Amino acid sequence: MQTAALPSSRETPPPAARVTAAPAPATTTPRPAPLLRMVRRHRGEIRAVLVGALSVAAFVLAWHLLTTYRVNLYVRFMNVPSPADVLESARTAFATSTFFQHVAISCRRILYGFLLAAAIAVPLGLMMGRFKLLSEIVFPVTEVLRPIPAIAWVPMAIMLWPTNEQSIVFITFLGSFFPILLNTLHGMATVDPVLVRAARCLGATEAATFREVYLPATLPQIFTGLTVGMGVAWVSLIAAEMISGQFGIGYFTWEAYSLVQYSDIALGMLAIGVLGLASSWAIRLVGRLLMPWSAR
Amino acid sequence: MTAAAFLPSADAAPAYAPPKTTKGRVEVRGFGLTYDTADGATDAVSSVDLTVEPGEFVSIIGPSGCGKSTLLNALAGFLKPTRGIVTVDGEPITGPSADRGMIFQQYSLFPWKTVRENVEFGLKMKGMGRAERSRAARTLLGLAGLTPFENHYPDRLSGGMKQRVGIVRALATGPRILLLDEPFGALDAQTRLIMQQILTNMWQRLKISVLFVTHDLDEAIFLSDRIYVMTARPGEIKAEITVPLPRPRLPAMTMSSEFLALRRGLMSLIREESLKAMGGELSADGLQGLAINLEGQDVFRAL
Repeated sequence: MQTAALPSSRETPPPAARVTAAPAPATTTPRPAPLLRMVRRHRGEIRAVLVGALSVAAFVLAWHLLTTYRVNLYVRFMNVPSPADVLESARTAFATSTFFQHVAISCRRILYGFLLAAAIAVPLGLMMGRFKLLSEIVFPVTEVLRPIPAIAWVPMAIMLWPTNEQSIVFITFLGSFFPILLNTLHGMATVDPVLVRAARCLGATEAATFREVYLPATLPQIFTGLTVGMGVAWVSLIAAEMISGQFGIGYFTWEAYSLVQYSDIALGMLAIGVLGLASSWAIRLVGRLLMPWSAR
Repeated sequence: MTAAAFLPSADAAPAYAPPKTTKGRVEVRGFGLTYDTADGATDAVSSVDLTVEPGEFVSIIGPSGCGKSTLLNALAGFLKPTRGIVTVDGEPITGPSADRGMIFQQYSLFPWKTVRENVEFGLKMKGMGRAERSRAARTLLGLAGLTPFENHYPDRLSGGMKQRVGIVRALATGPRILLLDEPFGALDAQTRLIMQQILTNMWQRLKISVLFVTHDLDEAIFLSDRIYVMTARPGEIKAEITVPLPRPRLPAMTMSSEFLALRRGLMSLIREESLKAMGGELSADGLQGLAINLEGQDVFRAL
């Protein structure tokens, strides 16, 4: 009596029973709703988004706490604007068109400088990778110029170019030029020679091999270069705008400091962060569209 | 002799007929190739004479490093012979051409092109229009049973599948000669056997000249009409063996006494050269691990 009652009083069946019982409910119960299935399939991505949101929230909270309580632990948060201050100044800034003009001008400079750099560095890198002599001519010069930070070019750029606008675009160009060139070169060096030989055996001419093999084989590296180049372009642009600009988000940030509008400093910084993020995201998107074979 | 004819349903594919290839005679006379290295000139291949008759399947077999791939690369047009002449249908080879299709041991499909675009590549290089070459590629893929994969990118295919697509791609332009450089070397044993079967069937229908480089004896015997055995570096032709097995070749033949006799003969030829390639001085005792005379003591006591 007692022994018979014991197993039935258990809440979970013994392991063997559980194994056989498991498939049964799966077949009898209806399939989960489409929404639920989608959630299951993208579980990893959903978690990443949630954790990311939490992490940003924690950052804002820490910022809020440090600034409201004016924490002064060697690093001084006394004059640092709180998130609420920044939100307030954002509201005023967004009400007029001046702030957006600054943003638009910075974006235009980035676009010109970056596109110019890509338009020169990518073909140059491809040609240098293909023709050793060209590489031997160009490489020493780029190696000397490459370590010079874009900001050190500011005085020279002002002398070189007739307008301020041009010198800022030039500095942005310089910042993104070298990462793009070097990555393209590296990509060319890692093209699988068997693919080149296969193309030649199928009747590809020199030009066709370049277009059909070297270029697509190097594309992933080119996009690495473009992403890095875009990051450096923003760094260079902001530095140039702070020194010699009259417009632009870098100028906005520096001007806020001069005018003791501390919350505008944080607003400018955040805007730069968002713009940088958006532009590298745009490059990734273009890369994914151009390289469907590597999309996962 | 069209590429489309290599599988039974060729009549169902009037959409595609590559140029008629009536020849494909390969002649190599006194071929030698010397590399310049840091220690001076090294002979990779010393002196090779060989012929592939139109429509013949010929294998080259030899120990690793004997220069068989070098020879094939010269035929493809990637290397210039230092000595001798290499001709196809009487014309010397000046560079790579779609006339001579090549299959490599490494998978050489373009990763950025789908299976169909890979097959289309040679036709595109010939200047064929988009619609026409797409139709041709579809037909060929259909004949090879690869239609379900036409829109796949190569990295989603298995190794055997990649090589099948590679062969279809090489045949699409209607070459006179197919050069294969250990094409199944990277495949597992089972896939390899199936690929050999596929290749021999294709060739049977196509009657294209094939020069096949391998170090696998069974593979060479199973596929070939004739086999050239090369010596260790610097490579020379050591022997030429005709394979009298009937066509079509069937997997069961690998167990026949004729096959095994051929295998035994080839084995002893190759073995000599492989030993030479491994350093030459390996004596019979060295091979058994008994090169040191321990004067009757066993190894344990000698140590």
